[in-house]
Formats: sequence, C-alpha cells, structure tokens
Amino acid sequence: MAATHAFPERAKSLGITSEKSLLKFLSSLPGIDQIGVEERAGYLATRSIKNESKRWAIDLALSMVDLTTLEGSDTDGKIRALCNKGLHPDPFDKTLGRVGAICVYNDKVKIARNHLDQIGGSDLPIAAVSTAFPAGRASMAVKIQDTRDAISDGASEIDMVIDRGAFLSGSYQDVFDEIVTIKSQCGDDVHLKVILETGELVSYDNVRKASYLACLAGADFIKTSTGKISPAATAPVVLIMLEAVRDFMNLSGIQIGVKPAGGIRNTKDAIKQLVLVNEIAGSQWLSPKYFRIGASALVNDLLMQRMKARDGYYASSNYVTLD
Amino acid sequence: MSDRIEVLKTNKLFINGAFVRSESGRSYRVNKANSKTFLANLALASRKDLREAVLAAKNGLIKWQSATAFNKSQILYRIAEIMEGRREQFVEEIIALEGLPKKSADLQVSQAIDLWIWYAGWTDKISVIAGGENPINGPFYNFTSPEPIGVVGAFAPDAPSLLGLVETLAPIIASGNSALLIASQRYPLSAVTMSEVFATSDVPAGVINILTGNQKELAPWLASHMEISGMDITSLDKKSEIEIRKAATSNLKRIGNFDTKVSPERILAFMDYKTIWHPIGI
Repeated sequence: MAATHAFPERAKSLGITSEKSLLKFLSSLPGIDQIGVEERAGYLATRSIKNESKRWAIDLALSMVDLTTLEGSDTDGKIRALCNKGLHPDPFDKTLGRVGAICVYNDKVKIARNHLDQIGGSDLPIAAVSTAFPAGRASMAVKIQDTRDAISDGASEIDMVIDRGAFLSGSYQDVFDEIVTIKSQCGDDVHLKVILETGELVSYDNVRKASYLACLAGADFIKTSTGKISPAATAPVVLIMLEAVRDFMNLSGIQIGVKPAGGIRNTKDAIKQLVLVNEIAGSQWLSPKYFRIGASALVNDLLMQRMKARDGYYASSNYVTLD
Repeated sequence: MSDRIEVLKTNKLFINGAFVRSESGRSYRVNKANSKTFLANLALASRKDLREAVLAAKNGLIKWQSATAFNKSQILYRIAEIMEGRREQFVEEIIALEGLPKKSADLQVSQAIDLWIWYAGWTDKISVIAGGENPINGPFYNFTSPEPIGVVGAFAPDAPSLLGLVETLAPIIASGNSALLIASQRYPLSAVTMSEVFATSDVPAGVINILTGNQKELAPWLASHMEISGMDITSLDKKSEIEIRKAATSNLKRIGNFDTKVSPERILAFMDYKTIWHPIGI
C-alpha cells in the first residue's frame, strides 16, 4: 500500500502532488557550475563599499542579526544578558534599534521570553532550535514534541534541522514530509526556518535541491547551517540559496527568507552577505523579514565599526560587552 | 658574469607572527648610505595594516601576559641567541644604510644583543623592585604589584638603527605588554631582520608586530586607536608630540618620552600598579 503524503498548497500549485512529481521536479533543477558560482561569489566580495553606504549597511546588518547562543554551558543569566544586548545592542545609543531575534536552545525559550517581556522587548521574537538540533537524530514524535514545547514557551520562530542522512540517501519524500509535519505544528503565526546544514550536503547541486525541497514543503526561511560544523555559511552556498528563493518567488509568488549562520564574525563578512542579497535576490530581500544573519560575536564587531564611523578613530573591544 | 639568477628578498611587514605585504600594495625605496644607489624596497604600511597589527597585538597580549616571568626571560634570552647567529647580516645592513665603519657597526650589534640579555634579567625582578607589601594601619595585608598595561605602540629612532630599536622595544615587552613598533623610515632594514629573529625565537605570534613605512602618516591613527594603552614617542619630533598627546586623550594613553636610553624605568613606564587588600585572620 502506498503511503499517503501531504502536499501544501504551494507545492500543489506547481503541480507537485505525489512523490513521483516531487522527484521529477527536483531532478529537473539545472546543475551548478562550481567554478562559475565560486568566481561570482568571489567577485561580489571584492566590491568596495563607500563610507555612507557602510554606515547604512552596519545598521541594517544589526537589525538582521539573530543573536545566538547555542552552548551546552548556557545559563539563565547568560540568556538574560543576551536578551538585554539584543534589545539594546549599544546601551549608550538609544537610536539604534534591536536585533532581528534572539536564538536559543529549546529549554531556554521560556526564560528568554519572560525576561524580554519584563524589559520592554515583547516585540522581539525568539527563535528556538528544535527537532533534536543539531544532529536531528531522534524519532518524529520527539521532534514534534520538541517543536510544541518551544512554541508553547513563547517561541515565534522555529529553526528545524533536516535529516541529512535521508537527504543524501535520496529519500527526498521523507525529508519533505518531516518539514510538512513540523510546519503544521507551527501554523501560520510561527515562522519555520529550515536548516539545510550545507557543510554536510557535499555538493552545490545538493544545496540547490535541498533549498527547493524546503521551499516547497512550507519553509518560511531557509538557513545554511547549525553553526556546529565547518564550513558553514560560505559565500557560494549563500549565493545558491538566494538564487533558489528568487527563482521560487518567480515560480510561485511566495517570498522565502534566507538565513546564513556560522562563520560570519566581522563587519566585512556581514557586508559581503548584504551585497550578495542585493545582487542575487534583489533589494526586496534587504530586510530582517527576509534576511537574517545567525551570529553572536558579529554584533560586537558591528558596534565597534559603528563607533569608528561615528568617532573617526578605531574602537576598542573594551567598550562593548563580553559575550 | 654569474650564471646564477640572483635571489632577491621581498621585505615585508611583521603582523601576528607572519610576514605580509602592505594591503595597500605600496612600497618605498631606500638607498645605500651617502649615495643614490638602490639598496632595498620596503613595504609602506597603511592605516589598515596598522589596524590589523593592533588586533594581532591585542590577541598576542593574552598569551604573553599569562606567560611566567621566567618563561619571558628565557624567550628574551633566546632572541639574543638567534641574533648572534645573524650577526653578519645585521652588521652588513648597518654599514650599508647608516654608513658606519665596520668596527662601530659590530659594536652596535653586540650592544643590541647584550641589551636583550639585560632585559631578560629584569623580567622576574621588576615586580620585586617596584611592588611589595605596604605597611598600613588596620587588620589587612596590603600588596602592590606592577602589571603590564596592554598594547603599546612605539616608534623606533633612526640611529643607531638596531640598538635604538632594541632600546625602544625590549622594555615594552619585558613586562608582558604586546607591542606594535613602527620602524625607522630612513633605516628600516634592522627592523625587518629583527622581525625575522622574533619569528624564530619562540615569541608568541602577535606579541611583537613591526610595520615599516611613514611614521608621521601612521602616528595619528596609532594615537587615536582605542585599543592602544601606551605609546613610546621618544624618537618623534616636538611638533608631532603635541598632536599625538592631543589624540591620545581619547582613552588616556600612557605616553612615554624618555631621556634615558636604557633603564628599568622604561619597563615601569608601561606598567600599572595594582593594589590588593586582604583581611588578616579570615
């Protein structure tokens, strides 16, 4: 007996109503010219950014950061400190807005939510990494419960990992089903970010395939990495994902966000990402609604570069908070 | 005519234990003493090179501050050992650039090597000389100990090119500071060769960083950089000094302008005093 699979509206509108049509769609995706994509990403990284644009880019990048701590050693105190920083990245400059979201492990969602509500940050979303992050090696029941916990504790964004083992062995339908199931737990109000963990996907072709798979199955965002393995958000990978969401928008009319995470540590890296977004996907992606950067140390460097732009001399890390 | 192709050396900056070209791609030329004959091309460092060097020094500081005084002493002594092996090169470069007779060039190198050994001796004694237990009226022990202040920027004097460099640099790092040295623009070769010595004498990466280039161009960026805690401006002229002192107020940098060439005072100039109160009987 053939298993029944659920296909969301966006997949159906593209004629994908069965495993067969899903496989057909994925195999029809054009291959990627490895040399070409690396050259293009490298070329875009050399673009010079003038001072005025740089100032604008720094503030935009700050508003896009998913301020993250995902350590086994996270304490409640550290989570509260992170929330404070997310709400007021520069405590001496109240004109500077908040970051995009706070990203924590599942069991820390409640403490983060409560603290943010107390300090006037009730509109600052909390993203929770769920579905047995980072490996994703758990039963479906556990993954569903994990997601439910996070949502009931106050998470408004769920970062799920895909089953890379299933993906690499060609069981695309299984990966698809998993995303559909988790999205059904999220509903319309909670944003679902699907982590592809591109460092484990072996080839650029697979990155493209996984991006479309996630888009079709109901992702609101596609995210490069867990940050637990290297390489993470490399420029060619982000470029391919941006192409995927751009083309998916043309196909279906649905705009999906992109979140590079891992390895973006300084302002230069962040601005390179913004250049990619503008050049590949287009300026309608240049907003925290459609582009996020998963990072922790990045914020301090952005703040220091902001001070440099303001004061005219190089800043010191003694004047920003420790992470 | 020799049938062998000459192997020419590219003189580079020394940042974070690595030899790099200036990010600006700029270079400048120095001539042999009292002539217009080409001697060498040198990297002309930019403010961005300086920024990288400060970052390297900041990271190097962590390792160097936590090294024991005995270990610092061994490494300073090691610098002298390695210099001894490169004596001929130092002498030749001093003759070619400064135009000194062989005998005085030789003497300068010997003095420079001996000075490292002298400062090697100071690393574990400076806290004993300058710190101690203070007599106080109350049930407390009260200790004072000098500690390195952080990243120190310095300008090497033109001449004597090697000895002057060691006189500037050795006291800065002897206490545990990390250093960013801007070499003499006129006589830079000793600084380049010295950086090759540092790279091979167990000095942790980033503890010593050396830039060649225009001291006047880099000085304002160094003076205003918030990550720099102290500066040795002994070799700069009076006019630059005022500008530097103004720019250095941003984070209250310690400015050193020394009359004595060699003295433990030069070590203490870049140290802070920390005083600790400890209750007796608890």
